[in-house]
Amino acid sequence: MFPKPIEKSSEALQRTYKAILPIALFIWLLPLLAVMLTSIRSAGDINAGNYWGWPTEFNLINNYTDIFLNSKIGLYILNSFKVTIPTVLLTLTISCLTGYALAIYRFRVNMFLFFVFIAGNFVPFQILMVPVRDLSLQLGLYDTTTGLVLFHSAFQTGFCTLFMRNFMKALPFELIESARIDGISEFKIFRYIVLPLVRPALAALAVLIFTFIWNDYFWATVLVQGDHALPVTAGLQSLNGQWISQWQLVSAGSIIAAFPPVILFFLLQRHFIAGLTLGATKG
Amino acid sequence: MAVASYKNHKTFWHRNRIAITPWLFLLPGLFMFLIYVILPIFQSIWISFYEWDGLSPKNYVGFENYLELIDDENFYTSLKNNIIWLILYMLAVPVGLFIALFLNQTVTGIRIYKSLFFFPFVLSQIVVGLVFTWFYNPANGIFAIILGFFGVEAPSILGNEDYVTYGIIAAGLWPQIAYCMILFLTGLNNVSPDQVEAGRLDNAKGWKMLWYIILPQLRPATFIAIVVTVIGALRSFDLISIMTQGGPYGSSRVLAYYMYETALSEYGYRMGYGATIATILFLIMMVYITFFLWRMYQQEKEGA
Repeated sequence: MFPKPIEKSSEALQRTYKAILPIALFIWLLPLLAVMLTSIRSAGDINAGNYWGWPTEFNLINNYTDIFLNSKIGLYILNSFKVTIPTVLLTLTISCLTGYALAIYRFRVNMFLFFVFIAGNFVPFQILMVPVRDLSLQLGLYDTTTGLVLFHSAFQTGFCTLFMRNFMKALPFELIESARIDGISEFKIFRYIVLPLVRPALAALAVLIFTFIWNDYFWATVLVQGDHALPVTAGLQSLNGQWISQWQLVSAGSIIAAFPPVILFFLLQRHFIAGLTLGATKG
Repeated sequence: MAVASYKNHKTFWHRNRIAITPWLFLLPGLFMFLIYVILPIFQSIWISFYEWDGLSPKNYVGFENYLELIDDENFYTSLKNNIIWLILYMLAVPVGLFIALFLNQTVTGIRIYKSLFFFPFVLSQIVVGLVFTWFYNPANGIFAIILGFFGVEAPSILGNEDYVTYGIIAAGLWPQIAYCMILFLTGLNNVSPDQVEAGRLDNAKGWKMLWYIILPQLRPATFIAIVVTVIGALRSFDLISIMTQGGPYGSSRVLAYYMYETALSEYGYRMGYGATIATILFLIMMVYITFFLWRMYQQEKEGA
């Protein structure tokens, strides 16, 4: 292990390390802690300039109910779910299929297609912006959550194919060969032998894609205009314009908007990190 | 019985099963990816040769958009900022490594520390942007208070043409460092203990150990960290949009933001010119994509 385990160091050094840890964390999360504290302040405190002192009163419930009652944030959050959940399901379905095709079968353009998926995953969004917006307009999908779902699913297929293909390639190929000898159809091999084995990869991708899509802002502004379909990231931006210097509301709104992926992250942390660090250990 | 009937049905499908099946599996993904990702790239390049407001018929102008770009001061400001982003964003890699080394211990509760340090990455850039906008607020932001503590009056970071880009990059570094940190923590987890022990026997310590024994083993993690950081730097859009909207006076624009502003905002709907900027950004990114693919190709050849 590197660096040297601290238990093997002197008592004093161990104590110092354990003392520095919480301080470092406090500094690291300071901006966030400030926002949390602000989200429970009263308007009076904010107006009086009491931003950093102890709150004179705790308005946790007031502020959070306030933003739900007096803004459309509830609707925006619902829209975010309407975009995120179908995208996760659709992307996973599609990329299981593509990943399987590229991992198991040998055919001439296999590597080429694999690289197309990887390269596409890295292109700047702006090169897609005008044509994708135009396409959505023509299909009548502009300003709908469906339009966002379809685009996101297509784009995320790049990364997910890379992930699934590498995961499936690491499976023992003999499993598939012996199933073929037994005369099991190709689709059944996929469905009953391979799919159950890739469950960890599916979990990792699901958490990751959920977070990416939930946090997307660019496409939400490009493909959506009206409140009826606006996801919470873009919604928060427009609320920020309305809530000028009402920092307690902006803060509470930010925290609400960040909530779903944060919860998911803490619940499924292992999968999240496994997905994110793909490739960080080998190769 | 089943086997017999299977053998009797030597149809086209059965003879070519293995050759056709992959294409059936690929069909939905390939179709979606072509429609929404691959074709739009070429369409954008094509649109960059037209003058187009998105509604009326396109008007072919040849290289005029590109010529305009050469004389466009805003373009150079954006390009310069992109380069600043690229360079400074790279700080995320060593700082992430440093924090990973700091946290790679086994004291009680370290797992919670690791996940809390990683936490900023899970936040939306919009939330990060709002948090930092407020952090920099010259009247009462915590940045001003800290400087005030040392008797320095805080400048308005986001209102100052000289500081604004650096201020936004600092905000962007926060989640990016967390990302790099987690990559290195995973990498450190897989460092071979034997080699570390062997190094210790050879009296390698501290920097020497890090440089000669640990870093070579962290190469995959470092590579991924650099790739995601470059992509992150070139994709920077959200923070600029939420923190300054490119201001003051367009001084914090980057290509991604300038493109959006040109093609799709109150400044006008110049889709053709926007596509031109996007094409340039795409070409810059292609350098990195090619490098990445080339490396993957080498690996695949070794692995096969």
